[in-house]
Amino acid sequence: MTRSRTCAPVGLAFGLLLLCLLGVALGSAVGSTGFESWLNAGQDDVAWQIVWDIRLPRSVGACAAGALLGLAGAVAQGLFRNPLADPYLLGSASGASLGVAMALALLGGHPFATEFLIRLGLTGAAFTGAVLAVLLTLVLARGVQHTLRLLLAGVIVGVVLGALASLITLMRPDVMQGMQGFLLGSTSFIGWTSCLLMLCVLLLCLALAFAFSRVLDALTLGESTAISLGLPLAPVRVALVCVLALATGTAVAQTGLVAFVGLAAPHLVRSVVQSKHNWGVVLSALMGGTLLLAADLLARIAITPQEMPVGVLTAVLGGGYLLWLMYRSQAAGAQS
Amino acid sequence: MSGLTSALRAHDLHVSLAGQEVLHGVNVSFVAGRWTSIVGPNGAGKSTLLKALAGLLPATGRIFLFDQALMAMGRQQRAQQLSWLGQNETASDDLRVWDVVMLGRMPHQDWLAAPSAHDHAVVETALKATQAWAWRERSLGQLSGGERQRVLLARALAVQAQVLLMDEPLANLDPPHQVDWLEQVRCLTAQNTTVISVLHEVGMALHADDLVVMQAGRIVHQGACADALTHRAVEAVFDKRMAIHSLEGQWVAVPKLPNDRAAP
Repeated sequence: MTRSRTCAPVGLAFGLLLLCLLGVALGSAVGSTGFESWLNAGQDDVAWQIVWDIRLPRSVGACAAGALLGLAGAVAQGLFRNPLADPYLLGSASGASLGVAMALALLGGHPFATEFLIRLGLTGAAFTGAVLAVLLTLVLARGVQHTLRLLLAGVIVGVVLGALASLITLMRPDVMQGMQGFLLGSTSFIGWTSCLLMLCVLLLCLALAFAFSRVLDALTLGESTAISLGLPLAPVRVALVCVLALATGTAVAQTGLVAFVGLAAPHLVRSVVQSKHNWGVVLSALMGGTLLLAADLLARIAITPQEMPVGVLTAVLGGGYLLWLMYRSQAAGAQS
Repeated sequence: MSGLTSALRAHDLHVSLAGQEVLHGVNVSFVAGRWTSIVGPNGAGKSTLLKALAGLLPATGRIFLFDQALMAMGRQQRAQQLSWLGQNETASDDLRVWDVVMLGRMPHQDWLAAPSAHDHAVVETALKATQAWAWRERSLGQLSGGERQRVLLARALAVQAQVLLMDEPLANLDPPHQVDWLEQVRCLTAQNTTVISVLHEVGMALHADDLVVMQAGRIVHQGACADALTHRAVEAVFDKRMAIHSLEGQWVAVPKLPNDRAAP
């Protein structure tokens, strides 16, 4: 009995980890020059560069960014007790893009620049924008209890901040191209610097989310019950909003606006295993990594020799998945 | 007899919700080891009083749990001594029944510690006490409203607190399980646990030891269920549209039809 309770999550975790490794290996071998670069990497310097400096960081980065988004999604859905609480839907994405637009306008440069300081600056700007946007949404929605109000406030914040970001882009034509790439979402410019940054943030966020997972569990029974169980709800909430914004902001700053991964990953995990939030956040991160990695591979080979921005692909696939989820839950609601 | 120690008492309790005062200076004391039911018409402030007593609402006035000021107690200490079962709290459907009830052990666990053998035993007892043991591997979403209510009751029992506050615990329960619940409460008070419940169904509330009768944010009467004065107070707050009678050694509430207003 106790065994079956922990076996399924462990199994899924191993499966997803294997898929991630497979995806990274595959990602290092797929590209315009095909397997040759991979086979020749030992002798040929250019081939080595292609594999080591372009394909590998790109695949590892896609996996890390997906994991950050999946983790943020799981935290948001648990924290706001709302299965639709995608980190993007709370305005964090448009807040992050406004932050990036302002940073680009001030610092100049390209959103996918490789210098560490610029990366860090952009990540910081995206994080700050994400936190402020989520807070603004929460203030406008007057708390998290009212689902419809929360989602509406998120949409409003998203539209207004998005408009501000567009305005900045319009006034500064030199950042226009960079912003366009950013808004579509792309994994093609991720270097090792970005990978390192994302992996560090991922570890930090995972540790925090794991430590606070008990609170997420208790919150499923309602706020009053969680407080009655002696949990310090207010400070943990603040900490989790920070985790959510840090994870989203970091991923968005490196890859641009990749849609729907944060929403779909926790749902996919829940449809496979029942688990508490401690496993839930870990599995959602792994699932998010696998999803974005797969989407990245698909984006590279779907319309060869052209390459599709991965954000376009996740938007199409994720949107379809969300639609299916909606109709399925409607059907289930009609039955009961 | 330790029957007269007060488990929970409030002095001059005022609570405002959305700018409007809902409780106007409530003074109340709940005797340890007894079951008290709070009754009154809709909007009397029953649930608000219960929530305030649990320390879940900002209130002015003083609340004492076993002669300790509630607000001055540590979070965990309070959670160990006072268990709460709310009404209509949106519970997500994904958690497994076993894990839900295990949440009740949280006040007794360290932050990242795994549940002990004792925790497992307590959860098992609680699940069996509410006849929810068979569903321990299911998720909450797979249960009906009444089944879910029994799981949530088990969660509240698993805290093993000395004081148990329940808001409409009989919601969605069918008659046999309402009787089970009554037996459960009797069993708890026999172990000197103090039970305080809000029940809108007067007939069920009359099975309690004591009644607190509320109207318009004030307590109008507090007394034993068997007391005729208590019956008169209950009838009064319900506009004398119901009457309390004795039937086979139990008190029952029957609706009083307006004969004098019958059509000519």
